[in-house]
Amino acid sequence: MASKRGGSRAGDYPGAGRFGAFGGQFVPETLVPAVQELEKAYLSARKDKTFTAELERLLREFAGRPTPVYFAANLTSYAGGARIFLKREDLLHGGAHKINNTIGQALLAKRMGKRRIIAETGAGQHGVATAMACAALGLKAEVYMGTDDIERQKLNVFRMKLLGAQVRPVDSGSRTLKDAINEALRDWVTNVKTTYYLLGSAVGPHPYPVMVRDFQSVIGREVRADFKRKGRLPDAMVACVGGGSNSIGSFHAFVRDKGVRLVGVEAGGTGPGKNAAPLIEGRKGVLHGMLTYVLQDENGQVRSTESISAGLDYPGVGPEHSQLKDSGRATYVSVSDDEAVDAFHLISEKEGIIPALESAHAVAYAVKLAKEMKKTQSIVVTLSGRGDKDVNTIAKRSGYEL
Amino acid sequence: MSAISSVFRRLGDEGALVAYVMGGDPDIATSASVIDAVVRGGADIVEVGIPFSDPIADGKSIQAADVRSLAAGTTPGQVLELVASAKARNPKVPIIAMTYYNILFSNGLGRFLESAKAFGVDGLIVPDLPFDEIQEYAPLAKRYGLDAVLLAAPTTTPKRMRAIAKHTSGFLYLVSLTGVTGARADVQESTVGLIQSAKRYAGKVPVGVGFGISTPEHVRAILAAGADAVVVGSAIVDRVAHSQKDGPSMMLVNVENYVRSLKDATKGA
Repeated sequence: MASKRGGSRAGDYPGAGRFGAFGGQFVPETLVPAVQELEKAYLSARKDKTFTAELERLLREFAGRPTPVYFAANLTSYAGGARIFLKREDLLHGGAHKINNTIGQALLAKRMGKRRIIAETGAGQHGVATAMACAALGLKAEVYMGTDDIERQKLNVFRMKLLGAQVRPVDSGSRTLKDAINEALRDWVTNVKTTYYLLGSAVGPHPYPVMVRDFQSVIGREVRADFKRKGRLPDAMVACVGGGSNSIGSFHAFVRDKGVRLVGVEAGGTGPGKNAAPLIEGRKGVLHGMLTYVLQDENGQVRSTESISAGLDYPGVGPEHSQLKDSGRATYVSVSDDEAVDAFHLISEKEGIIPALESAHAVAYAVKLAKEMKKTQSIVVTLSGRGDKDVNTIAKRSGYEL
Repeated sequence: MSAISSVFRRLGDEGALVAYVMGGDPDIATSASVIDAVVRGGADIVEVGIPFSDPIADGKSIQAADVRSLAAGTTPGQVLELVASAKARNPKVPIIAMTYYNILFSNGLGRFLESAKAFGVDGLIVPDLPFDEIQEYAPLAKRYGLDAVLLAAPTTTPKRMRAIAKHTSGFLYLVSLTGVTGARADVQESTVGLIQSAKRYAGKVPVGVGFGISTPEHVRAILAAGADAVVVGSAIVDRVAHSQKDGPSMMLVNVENYVRSLKDATKGA
């Protein structure tokens, strides 16, 4: 009864839209033809040299790829263990890895002949990256954003407006990212014939988790090539996990390199029950079209999340991470708000880099991990974004009036 | 033959009215009275919603009902008890539970279906479980004697529509428009063509049409196009919400009279 669907490379994706037991297409019937059309269009675009060449050109000339792998000497001596390297996605146009995905999908939308783009955003980074890609490619962008997030992230709201996007406030549910996705899905159900839904993370119904991973996997590929040139692969890759796009993008090139530890860092918030760590505290469930680990109560109602970092504030996670967790190939840990803030200050002072609070979670764990590892070993931390958007939050926390 | 199929057989050429009530909106006791009111108004089948935190197929009205019900602390177990009590009072009216897949999955698919049956549920509608994802669900529903009502939409291809009709049980739920639930001013012209083609692909399987239907005129138009049933949800939920300020007894009268006006419209001229 189910149609046979192509996955990506053999072994990456065992058919039928699943990563092992996870993934799938749990969407209203109205959207099924749309996700099938999207998959077909994506698979065909990926094989099209004109498409991939244009994508590479835009990543290079518009987004600023490749990004450096930087040896964090001061952080390394502070930790006193393994060598710590930073993959500098914070240097990309817009200040985050999000643009890798938005350029890819916006190009795809254009190729499909869809001129109206909708997106969701939490912290506003994906919204900004969508607005930038759409402006560059002559597409119209509408971005759903929870009213609580609009209040918290005024700077990014204004950036989106400057870039010509329309910000659509979402006042339902928890008024954050989860509800913005719900509203974007409802819009897509209503306007499916004319509209392309540009999802911002490796979540949602198939093919989004595969497609977003593929667009983000440039991160890990560049790291791998860089280390290959140096002669040996890193011993560990560390990245933060919200929906999980920068982390899956960092991990993907290394999944078959069994010697490389893959560590995903979730938002530990202020403790048990008050976090955004579905891989640690969640159960298997179905949310936003995918079967994955979900933070939910005993009845199956999705729980509200808590994290100092709006970009990690999501109760689900990309289905491929759920599979990597269950298979044991990757390990997932959490870092609390306080630890993330400490790491934010640490790397700012030691390395002269103000990181996004999301990325600060990964830095916090990398410093701990480095201490347990040998000095000859190396860790790569994906610095997924820069911290300009978070200085207000930090200032407020430090009692500093801006 | 299932209780739901029997309704269609009994009604013959008369259209069936499926009336939706959100379980626990605004609380369990009131929603029990609302179910009784829609039955008194003439509903042939009652659809009872189990609230979910993230109802992506629903428009504002039903979303608000989800919020009210969850705020009152409604659990899936309480809604099943509500169904059991409603069934005891109205044994001839089949009840369909409507909820999102995580409620089934999270509570253990087989276990949930088994207890749904034990509490008197006759069938289920799960709007985020499309045809391609029913491999585990459909056989289990069958095993426990529940009708798994599948949905088709305006975007569904003819080939797919035929396959869905073949696998649905009770009836084929045809989504009348490209969009989410919620009352609309008019029945779209395209809906008429959609119903006609769905009827062709469905063969002997009854076709129930929902989303956007709220007036007796809508009901007549949908049935005239060939549908076997109409599903009305948001318009009932709105009445439950809006007329609460008049007090519960007035609200129940409003709901009953409203449902009766719809039911009368199913009986032809």
